[in-house]
Amino acid sequence: MKRFMTTVAGLTVALLALPLLGLLQRMPWSSLGNPLTNPATLDALRVSLIVSLLATVMVFLLGTPLAWALARVSVPGRRFIRALIMLPMVLPPVVGGTALLFALGRQGLVGQWLNQWFGITLPFTLAGAVVAAVFVSLPFYVIAVEGALQSAGQHLEDLEDLAGTLGATPWNVLRRITYPQVLPAMGAGLALAWARALGEFGATITFAGNLPGRTQTLPLATFLALETNPEEALALSLILLVASLGVLVGLRDRWMPTS
Amino acid sequence: MTALTLAGETRIGNLSFAFDLSVKAGETLAILGPNGAGKTSLLRVISGLLPLAEGTLNLNNQVADQPASKTFLPPHLRSVGWVPQDRLLFPHLTVAENIGFSPRATDALVAQLLEALNLTSLTASKPAACSGGQAQRVAVARALAAQPAILLLDEPSTALDAESQELIHGVLASQSQVATLLVTHDLSEAGRLADRTAIFSAGVLKQ
Repeated sequence: MKRFMTTVAGLTVALLALPLLGLLQRMPWSSLGNPLTNPATLDALRVSLIVSLLATVMVFLLGTPLAWALARVSVPGRRFIRALIMLPMVLPPVVGGTALLFALGRQGLVGQWLNQWFGITLPFTLAGAVVAAVFVSLPFYVIAVEGALQSAGQHLEDLEDLAGTLGATPWNVLRRITYPQVLPAMGAGLALAWARALGEFGATITFAGNLPGRTQTLPLATFLALETNPEEALALSLILLVASLGVLVGLRDRWMPTS
Repeated sequence: MTALTLAGETRIGNLSFAFDLSVKAGETLAILGPNGAGKTSLLRVISGLLPLAEGTLNLNNQVADQPASKTFLPPHLRSVGWVPQDRLLFPHLTVAENIGFSPRATDALVAQLLEALNLTSLTASKPAACSGGQAQRVAVARALAAQPAILLLDEPSTALDAESQELIHGVLASQSQVATLLVTHDLSEAGRLADRTAIFSAGVLKQ
């Protein structure tokens, strides 16, 4: 039995490593610099960095209160709300993008009012790409922080209560007691959310389009380059690969235990 | 001057606890009673972590909790120092940072308490490095550094080493302006520290 299991496990690892090897084997190492100096590539890199970093900031600002409320506030239908928040993790991103279009598009449920009252148009703009990235990456952060708050449990709430009796205001308690206790989870959640936002493809192309210099992110540029300039596609893939590996290495203590 | 008067009732689920007590500034009242009688609930009501269902709590000549008039002072606005039974030191802060946590704590007072409770060698240590007795001394110092008008002690020296017990009793005895509520199982501790004793029984506290 053990032999069977380890053989299948070995084959599975090989299956996972194979695409990576394929990528690295075809990588034009000597001329790698050429595509990376191409203005279109640099544009995609710039758009990707702006979109993923803005999305990460939004995820932090929106996700922190959400995770706190999920862990601490008992409201009817909390399980349903949690399922709704986690939905983008399992939803095909194209479906997410389509849903965003019908909600926030010019004729969308809310989008028509955004357009009419505030002159805000989200589809096919950089802001739209950020919204798509937030939509898909938010659950990664919320799960991490809510999990940390849940596992700290009653003991953390007792520490917060005690800090309050010592004269600390509720905001100070949050800053000086709660956050330090869940800071590692917040960091890990943000890193995962950023990596997910950086790699976002389906929701972005559906909701924000593929406009070079405006909404064309690295994954979109990689997909296009594959048709016309495979060498450039390889170089762009390498950037995304290095970024993803960077996140994994950064989270090694949580996801890749050293012992 | 009466620092604390409480006549009222609180409820947790279908349990109900009734209190009637008052403590003057500088006085120590020991609360005795079996487990589950409501001693911890009493401390939570006074510190603002559990609201009264009816009645009135006055702290420092100010109404802190009165459901009838919808008055409720949140914990951070009450001048209470609480030493919980399980200490609850902040694990990410050093001993000195724990003691100086309260916005009402001054550097001079923190230094004085570190000295008085023989904690100076642990100033920069985290609570995880403290023994049980040392951790309890830090918890007492942290409550006193908040300069409370009312001090709540939940089994302050139960199962402690003789040195810690001695140091804690010494510091507590020197608090001449503070009204102290001492919850304890230890009759000799009650006899040593308290001016009066109140007994909790069947969910009712009477002096």
